[in-house]
Amino acid sequence: MTTSTRGAASHRHTAPAVLVLEDGRMFRGRAYGAVGVTFGEAVFSTGMTGYQETLTDPSYHRQVVVMTAPHIGNTGVNDEDMESRKIWVSGYVVRDPARVPSSWRSRRTLDDELRAQGVVGICGIDTRALTRHLRERGAMRVGIFSGEALPDAGTMLAEVRQVPEMKGADLSAEVSTTEPYVVPALGEKKYTVAAVDLGIKGMTPHRMAERGIEVHVLPATASTEDVYAVNPDGVFFSNGPGDPATADHAVALMRAVLERGTPLFGICFGNQILGRALGFGTYKLKYGHRGINQPVQDRTTGKVEVTAHNHGFAVDAPLDKVSETPYGRAEVSHVCLNDNVVEGLRLLDKPAFSVQYHPEAAAGPHDAAYLFDRFVNLMEGQRA
Amino acid sequence: MPKRTDIQSVLVIGSGPIVIGQAAEFDYSGTQACRVLKAEGLRVVLVNSNPATIMTDPEIADATYVEPITPEFVEKIIAKERPDALLPTLGGQTALNTAISLHENGVLEKYGVELIGANVAAIRKGEDRDEFKEVVEAVRAKTGHGESARSYICHSMDDVLKGVEELGGYPVVVRPSFTMGGAGSGFAHDEEELRRIAGQGLALSPTTEVLLEESILGWKEYELELMRDKHDNVVVVCSIENFDPMGVHTGDSITVAPAMTLTDREYQILRDIGIAVIREVGVDTGGCNIQFAVNPADGRVIVIEMNPRVSRSSALASKATGFPIAKIAAKLAVGYTLDEIPNDITQETPASFEPTLDYVVVKAPRFAFEKFPGADSTLTTTMKSVGEAMAIGRNFTEAFQKALRSLEKTGSQFTFTGDPGDKDELLRECVRPTDGRINTVMQAIRAGATPEEIFEHTRIDPWFVDQLFLIKEIADELAEAPELTPELLAEAKRHGFSDQQIAGIRGLREDVVREVRHALGIRPVYKTVDTCAAEFAARTPYFYSSYDEETEVAPREKPAVIILGSGPNRIGQGIEFDYSCVHASFALSDAGYETVMVNCNPETVSTDYDTSDRLYFEPLTLEDVLEIVHAEQQAGPVAGVIVQLGGQTPLGLSQALKDNGVPIVGTPPEAIHAAEDRGAFGRVLKEAGLPAPKHGTATTFAEAKAIADEIGYPVLVRPSYVLGGRGMEIVYDEARLETYIAESTEISPSRPVLVDRFLDDAIEIDVDALYDGHELYLGGVMEHIEEAGIHSGDSACALPPITLGGFDIKRLRASTEAIARGVGVRGLINIQFAMAGDILYVLEANPRASRTVPFTSKATAVPLAKAAARISLGATIAELRAEGLLPARGDGGELPLDAPISVKEAVLPWSRFRDIHGRGVDTVLGPEMRSTGEVMGIDSVFGTAYAKSQAGAYGPLPTKGRAFISVANRDKRSMIFPARELVAHGFELLATSGTAEVLKRNGINATVVRKHSEGPGPGGERTIVQLIHDGEVDLIVNTPYGTGGRLDGYDIRTAAVARSVPCLTTVQALAAAVQGIDALNRGEVSVRSLQEHAERLIAARD
Repeated sequence: MTTSTRGAASHRHTAPAVLVLEDGRMFRGRAYGAVGVTFGEAVFSTGMTGYQETLTDPSYHRQVVVMTAPHIGNTGVNDEDMESRKIWVSGYVVRDPARVPSSWRSRRTLDDELRAQGVVGICGIDTRALTRHLRERGAMRVGIFSGEALPDAGTMLAEVRQVPEMKGADLSAEVSTTEPYVVPALGEKKYTVAAVDLGIKGMTPHRMAERGIEVHVLPATASTEDVYAVNPDGVFFSNGPGDPATADHAVALMRAVLERGTPLFGICFGNQILGRALGFGTYKLKYGHRGINQPVQDRTTGKVEVTAHNHGFAVDAPLDKVSETPYGRAEVSHVCLNDNVVEGLRLLDKPAFSVQYHPEAAAGPHDAAYLFDRFVNLMEGQRA
Repeated sequence: MPKRTDIQSVLVIGSGPIVIGQAAEFDYSGTQACRVLKAEGLRVVLVNSNPATIMTDPEIADATYVEPITPEFVEKIIAKERPDALLPTLGGQTALNTAISLHENGVLEKYGVELIGANVAAIRKGEDRDEFKEVVEAVRAKTGHGESARSYICHSMDDVLKGVEELGGYPVVVRPSFTMGGAGSGFAHDEEELRRIAGQGLALSPTTEVLLEESILGWKEYELELMRDKHDNVVVVCSIENFDPMGVHTGDSITVAPAMTLTDREYQILRDIGIAVIREVGVDTGGCNIQFAVNPADGRVIVIEMNPRVSRSSALASKATGFPIAKIAAKLAVGYTLDEIPNDITQETPASFEPTLDYVVVKAPRFAFEKFPGADSTLTTTMKSVGEAMAIGRNFTEAFQKALRSLEKTGSQFTFTGDPGDKDELLRECVRPTDGRINTVMQAIRAGATPEEIFEHTRIDPWFVDQLFLIKEIADELAEAPELTPELLAEAKRHGFSDQQIAGIRGLREDVVREVRHALGIRPVYKTVDTCAAEFAARTPYFYSSYDEETEVAPREKPAVIILGSGPNRIGQGIEFDYSCVHASFALSDAGYETVMVNCNPETVSTDYDTSDRLYFEPLTLEDVLEIVHAEQQAGPVAGVIVQLGGQTPLGLSQALKDNGVPIVGTPPEAIHAAEDRGAFGRVLKEAGLPAPKHGTATTFAEAKAIADEIGYPVLVRPSYVLGGRGMEIVYDEARLETYIAESTEISPSRPVLVDRFLDDAIEIDVDALYDGHELYLGGVMEHIEEAGIHSGDSACALPPITLGGFDIKRLRASTEAIARGVGVRGLINIQFAMAGDILYVLEANPRASRTVPFTSKATAVPLAKAAARISLGATIAELRAEGLLPARGDGGELPLDAPISVKEAVLPWSRFRDIHGRGVDTVLGPEMRSTGEVMGIDSVFGTAYAKSQAGAYGPLPTKGRAFISVANRDKRSMIFPARELVAHGFELLATSGTAEVLKRNGINATVVRKHSEGPGPGGERTIVQLIHDGEVDLIVNTPYGTGGRLDGYDIRTAAVARSVPCLTTVQALAAAVQGIDALNRGEVSVRSLQEHAERLIAARD
């Protein structure tokens, strides 16, 4: 176990830092992680555990994440809980970073990890005030400036306002793998799945592999031919960052899969792609869902799952009726009970479904793991 | 799926008297549940023997039975009320055990009562060690995680000895089955300890069963609070991490929410196990609490236990998260599902979610070892704390230091001045968990211990250890800084340092630090507990302070009244004061004020966010209260602060608050001083022409001797300026007076000892009254059953007084009025009188709500605390009579002749404490209060009421069998008639030779038994102590001479505690018990609800 090799002293003694929101509100604190300047979209995450998974989730690409839980870094960083090859958040906002991590799996401190990966953060600010601000005003552009010599307020604000907005951003290509790779099935191989990487998290292919699926992870740019070249029993569309309205390639690819009637499963961004492929709109939520405590109801069973969310956009589909689409009838299968946002879609005439949240649950509760079994059942049904 | 339509009435069982392990938290949960059920249109029938509860207020339920919670009495209530269902999960282990008895003896089936909230099979699976082990194995098969500690079930001492071999030797943990608060459990390091702990455990367990377990001392300890509805939706409401690792009962540990040192993967494993456990056990609807141990070296998870009911931890979790577990459990029990229940705090999102916290909660236990000087203070798996404080901060250090100062105990806050002592010595001390170990740890850090050394000696998690170092480093900076810069001061406040601590470190006065801080604009902001980390707007103003940027206190227009609560429960200041504060809040809200509650006790109704318009969960220190007053004055008009309802805690702040310009309403601080200061109070009595017992003050033995010689022995001696009778003693001779003065550390020239004439054989009388400046309302007159000299809190008493006449009441009323006027009371006053030889002496006056206010209010059906709150804000008694809050005429001193008799009995925690040799502590009552709670027995005649009070407190009085009598010489005369009565009721009497002789001469036959000191006879004749242990004695009468007692009495009384045999230690109690036995033997003892009693009383008054 890691007994306190003394970490950094109090973060009070690190360089000053300022967080500047595009509407002019500023929070003054201290540098955390790398010292420098960073920009992104300010969003807050309410999970009390799982910071390592959050940081390495590609869906957070170009976002500055505000952690509502005050103590971050308590369990350090280990070699097992990364969701991808690197930290994706563009900035990190924490109230009270740990000085000394404690976990038998910890290998290094989070502070060191952030610095090693060049992630600029800020600590010691009123994260609750910032969260309330974002809740009331909506997610917005932000900059973090740290170092001994900081620009004046006007200069910083001007820089923040030059950052591109998340609406209209096409980011899949920036986070996707460039080369295909295979995640082998654990135990006996039963199925082959082509997984389109729009920002996929490591736990997702793992959950499939646990069920005897060999997962061929393909770049976001994969063509229909690339997908069918692996001779898949099913096709998967992953989570990922950016505005689904820009994801024309992915939508076209998914339509091709729907045409063929191959079993299809989408998560998060993949759910928004399915929505668009079916002809529904997508829209940006005021401040999104980011946390691991969200109540989602499976409308077919009435049961409530506590689920992990990370989405700033959502599908605009009617809750109260079955919709006719080019691929047959479709319905909203899951809703978030907090605000009635669409959390899942299902085709009634074709083997395709998707959810807006994260059944792979890293971080988060395992309540929705059954969805991977549902995908397996679709593939099984198709074979029969 | 909406609520069930086939249930029209529900019986709710409360938890009875406050005892260690089962305290005010069950009043909080029971009150919530009753309100919910009533709001759902159900008829709520409630039974609880504890009058000091909000749940037994007549408006909370439709029919409220203040009757003993025994299967016999509950059956009578069922037969009378015929409820459709019984909800047993909100009254702790008492309610659960009673419900199981009623199931087993067929009563539930006979009357067609359905158990809701938990079924018998689930209760068994959760609580029976063997069955629970199977549950854990099944869970492991499903989830791949979790196991039980290796263990061995035993039903005899032979089993126990064999079990140790099976487990591979010592140490082992002993856990008796079906006891509450872990009673009787402990660690055994050798055979002697094992025999003692397991022997006691086998006796305590209703199923004569104990479990031996492998030791997991020092592992990380966690708890999860879960809820499940009938659709199998499960949510984890809260995770709790124990600061003190495995080995200390969670009720005695410092605990933290949420868990601080788990990665998501490990947390989700606990969550998966928890959910699988609740499903496997089959808790269909409601809450449960599951405890885990995690090996810090490799993460191996052991599932320790689960409680298939609302618990102390669920009350804590509710307060920590804002998710009202008991309320929701009640709704689930009547058929709702989690998604159908709105989240109270956001009002827009459903309850089917998991609260997320953007703050840290720390709970710290409060102990009372000073009351039990012989008791071993080592913390074990048996709970010993009597109360707890909770604090909320935006980080751990802030919450932690707030929690420590909330304990309000000298030395509970960290001190950073003076020599810490020797490092190695301190580290050695840290190994043994005790009350205040955390302070020893801090001193060890100050003395140079490394984090590794602290971990090695305490097994406290390295992250927590680092937080202690962080606190210490800031203290060092404060000490070393050339000046107190705004940055440093702000940083110290962010980590929870009080002005007092900073003052101590800097060698300044506290008020100077505060002035500097205010001048620099460094003040706390108030954040909201909102269940969702600000994701949604909160509609409920439940606040905590933090040194952060943005405050969330909204402006308001109505005048606010700030009510200061009573802080952590302790002996002498418990739930009774919370009752009065809650009543004040209700009454003032009705009268159009905005009510603001300040308290730090998570067990209470006052800290329910529903009770007042605003709740500040904050320490009750001058600094914290001043900041709240400031924040509320910024928000709108403040009519005043009420200090007289929360006991000594707020009362002690009143002068300082006033000096800081805070408007105190009700009795002014000067009047409080007039009652508390001996000289000033003496003048009040003199002016009123009232006698007090002769007294004097002394600082040396010579002075004390001179006073005692003049006024005559016995004398009552006590240090000045103490509460709850601390250190008070009746001294019968000069020799003891000398040792008392020599031993007392509290005596100094500035703190003299008070020597009072002790009124032997006096009748002690308690009076609760209201005074508005013009008129007196005598709330009630209580006659103590024990003579003067037993602390009033430990004494049983009767209302109306059973032997006082109209003339006495008149004198009491006149004296009470004279004192209330002389002192200057505006609100409640409690006065203790002693009647000796027809002279009415005044013992003391407390110008505040007393411990007996709830009892008096219930016995007379008049809400005294509500009236007091109104009087504080300017209402007159005449107005309150006109309004109907007080009776139109008459008062509690002139109850109609056929008014019911109410008896209050104290409940004492003897069975919780052992000395270092593992022997019980002596059970003799004295002038120092040691009871934790009380019960009320109410009936038309005294005997029955007394019998009910005994049944409620200790278990039913025996109606036949063997009674052992051994009394001090001075009691021998008064013993004869009751002894004769016992024989007339068919008791066989046993007595020691001296007592038997006296009985014989009076024509009463008694079998002589051997004293403990004599040892067994030549033919193996057993001593009285052996007879008690063998279960052959049904009633014990043993009065001690003086204090300290002789060894024989001590052994008899501790044996009585171990075997739960009723043990009377005064002849007055014997006389009352005989009346009770007589009532029981004469037949039908009936039950009647408070509402029925009130109806008859009101009818009789008119």
